[in-house]
Amino acid sequence: MPVPPSNIVSLDQHARLDTVVAQVGTAILGKEHAIRLALACLLARGHLLIEDLPGMGKTILAHAFAQTLGLHYQRIQFTSDLLPADILGAAIYERQQGTFVFHPGPIFAQVVLADEINRATPKTQSALLEAMEEHQVTVEGETRDLPSPFFVIATQNPIDQVGTFPLPESQLDRFLMRIELGYPDVAAERVLLQGRDRRELLAQFPVCLPPAELMAIQSVVSTIHAAPALLDYLQGLLAFSRQSGLFRNGLSPRAGLALLRAARAWVLLDRREHVLPEDIQTVLPAVVGHRLHPADAYLEQSSSALLEKLLRSVGVPA
Amino acid sequence: MRLPRPGVTALPADPEPLLPNACFVWLAAALALAMLPHLLLHLPAWFWLVFSGMVTWRGLVCTGRLRLPSRWPLSGLTLLIISLVALQYKTLFGRDAGTALLAAMVSLKFLELRTLRDGMVLLFMGYLLVMAVLLYDQSLLLAAGLTLVLAGLLAAHAALQYPATLPALALLRLSCRLLVEAVPVMLILFILFPRIPGPLWGLPKDAYRGLTGMSEEMAPGSVSRLSLSAEVAFRARFTGAMPPAGQLYWRGPVLDRFDGRTWRRSEERLYRQFSYRTEGEAVDYTVILEPHGQRWLPALDLPASLPSETEVSATFQLVRRQPVQEVLRYEMRSYPYYNTGPLQLQGQTQLPAGIDPRARALADEWRSRPLAPGEIVLAALNLFRREPFHYTLEPPLLPEQNSIDAFLFDTRRGFCEHYAGSFVFLLRAAGIPARVVLGYQGGEHNGLGGYLIVRQSDAHAWAEVWLEGQGWVRVDPTAAVAPERVERGLYAALDDPDSLPLLARRGQTWLQPLILGWDYLDNAWNEWVLAYGPEQQKQWLSGLGFGPVDWQDMVLAMVAALTGVGLVVIGLQALSRRTATDPVALAYRRFCAKLARAGLVRAGHEGPLAFTGRVAVSRPELAARVRLIGRLYASLRYGPRQEQEAVRRLQRLVRKLKV
Repeated sequence: MPVPPSNIVSLDQHARLDTVVAQVGTAILGKEHAIRLALACLLARGHLLIEDLPGMGKTILAHAFAQTLGLHYQRIQFTSDLLPADILGAAIYERQQGTFVFHPGPIFAQVVLADEINRATPKTQSALLEAMEEHQVTVEGETRDLPSPFFVIATQNPIDQVGTFPLPESQLDRFLMRIELGYPDVAAERVLLQGRDRRELLAQFPVCLPPAELMAIQSVVSTIHAAPALLDYLQGLLAFSRQSGLFRNGLSPRAGLALLRAARAWVLLDRREHVLPEDIQTVLPAVVGHRLHPADAYLEQSSSALLEKLLRSVGVPA
Repeated sequence: MRLPRPGVTALPADPEPLLPNACFVWLAAALALAMLPHLLLHLPAWFWLVFSGMVTWRGLVCTGRLRLPSRWPLSGLTLLIISLVALQYKTLFGRDAGTALLAAMVSLKFLELRTLRDGMVLLFMGYLLVMAVLLYDQSLLLAAGLTLVLAGLLAAHAALQYPATLPALALLRLSCRLLVEAVPVMLILFILFPRIPGPLWGLPKDAYRGLTGMSEEMAPGSVSRLSLSAEVAFRARFTGAMPPAGQLYWRGPVLDRFDGRTWRRSEERLYRQFSYRTEGEAVDYTVILEPHGQRWLPALDLPASLPSETEVSATFQLVRRQPVQEVLRYEMRSYPYYNTGPLQLQGQTQLPAGIDPRARALADEWRSRPLAPGEIVLAALNLFRREPFHYTLEPPLLPEQNSIDAFLFDTRRGFCEHYAGSFVFLLRAAGIPARVVLGYQGGEHNGLGGYLIVRQSDAHAWAEVWLEGQGWVRVDPTAAVAPERVERGLYAALDDPDSLPLLARRGQTWLQPLILGWDYLDNAWNEWVLAYGPEQQKQWLSGLGFGPVDWQDMVLAMVAALTGVGLVVIGLQALSRRTATDPVALAYRRFCAKLARAGLVRAGHEGPLAFTGRVAVSRPELAARVRLIGRLYASLRYGPRQEQEAVRRLQRLVRKLKV
């Protein structure tokens, strides 16, 4: 079957994407699905929220991606006294030149790891989130573009909630996906314990996919075909989330767009040409998990069980 | 607050889901509705306390202010309430105690209400409560009320099924839709479910307590007590013109034994046919009899036909094999003019010896004059007419001894039983065969439905005298005292009419049109729903042209009709599903159907690759072909173009696939 002209992702690029997954997989062992989701999120030009306990490899994951893709990497540790200027940068008076000179903050990087984002005050959080959304920063009335590609990986600690500012729903919505890494399985952990230090390993990672090619692939994602039948199915899911009464609020149109974008990126990673219901189903937990809340908190039904119910309740038309 | 986690990792199995507060509110409201008729109809007042107490307790648990009791306190409470029930009813069996126990268990279950499953149990107890109400009352008003209760229970049921709380209005709409959708099935079951004579299972004896009606004996006060009730005794619809009021004597028990105070029926043989000469035209009519717990059936003087299961005594009293416990509808023919011929019964002049000497003296005086039997009857009537007798519902108390003397010569105030009783006594003392007939006299014509309403307040007692050449002749001594009683009813005839209940004051209130309108509905309910018994069922079905119908035919017809309804429902569903005529969709459906026949059913939410992948794993020999079909279908359905060649290839592959 001839490949449609717009879908130009060469076999070579496909192979390189697989190499990216494989190389990051040597740093984070036994988490291929999470890595592929994270890569799909990157390809879809979305930002990623990782919710997990400390020590699960969040930093390693971000670093490994930056290294493998040859991207400039910055880590920001969020604390309660972090100010917006600490992230965005500030104009500082230079005595010798007699002018204000802008000193860019750590956000001027291609991969930004925002560690423990819920520790900062809402003001600081919103500075980061605005930058994520706009892909630019305005300081002292001057707008500066952020580098491209631009990929934020934020982390949240789900358990330690003392003195934190949980992200409100409207802010959570800015993240295309939310995943958790979880504990490795026994075999993976054994390899981890036997292997070399992860940081040493990372330093030796070769660049597998140069930034220019990454951006080319990103631009292909939106051209992947979504048939009317697929859109019917997607709308069925959206409608069910709104009408079933299972959730406090149904999925927003933005959530629908996010689902489609993520599914397209997933299709590309899977070397196929059009989106299938299965692709939507695969990315759905990561894409909508942080956008939906059980209608009845008393039910104590885990949100993943509700998502399962959502998926099972909406039929794929023949 | 714990944040919900995305579904990337596996989760432990969910525990039994708890009952959400919103569901509790629904349950409590629906159960309260189901409990209400019991509380109003028969439960002792302390049950209000028990039920509302338990519900309030559970409600406080919802708000977190109380905890549910653990097992031992709960068991203690249960024992306490059971013993209270036993104390109240002196038993734990039978209708009243049994229903009270059910109500107690429903109340107690609220203290055990933790999970959704408990909620379901409680809900089904609610349905049982609704059924139990029907042991007490089956009137139209109650049926309408119970329909509302059912709607409430169904809404609660829906709330439990969809615990994520649909809005209240949506739940109510759903429950109403379910009720409406159940109507065809209900009608089929109601019309065709084979009826057998008598109840389907034995009900406890006390189930029929509280049925009001005329008993088969008469003592001073027994009829006047009945007359204070406006309850409907029966209704009658005439095929032709209604006979004049003076002929509306509804014959009930015939009493020919007297012990000095009480008139009783003598045990006599029952016959399957009548033996008397009729004169003049017959009157045809239908009686819809309210249950009265007795075996006798009312009929106009003199009955000439026998309803099913019924025989006639030598005194022309209709006697049914079983007591009437449910609304009964039967067709009758009577002859207002008749001659019963020679006296065949013995003992129609029986009187206990040595009582009421003054009455006996008067009778002896008549006999010694000498007067012919006809003249003695007139003399007795003239006694009532000339002397200052009064017709009243509240006569003075009569002494235990010689009560007839006391009434005839001292008090002279009485109701129809006094007049009929003393009249028959006088005639018997004079050697003339006579007896007391209990029954109803008159009735209220309902112009709306064209039928006659006969209430308990129309209860009456009169006399029958045997005269040579004429046979048994009806004589109503009350008519001699108060002629209006026969022509215009009790209210017009009484000296003290204000003691009558409102409904019994025929035509005397502005409410009359309303009362008659309601009675019309009530009668329709009785006639078409409650009285729908074995005969009506057979008659109705035979009337449809099926010829004689037995119960096997009915079961067959019922199964066929239910199957028909099922097929219609399935057909409608299939029709709505099969709207697409897309060849790709059709081919894929055929493919899925083929696999489904081999036990590989596509789940509704399974996409093509997921499904074919699953099939490939469980049937490796099909893997290659099935996967190919899955890919081909996926690209045709979800790809940018449908090429005719590819569609044909898919159709071919599906056709050739052998599972």
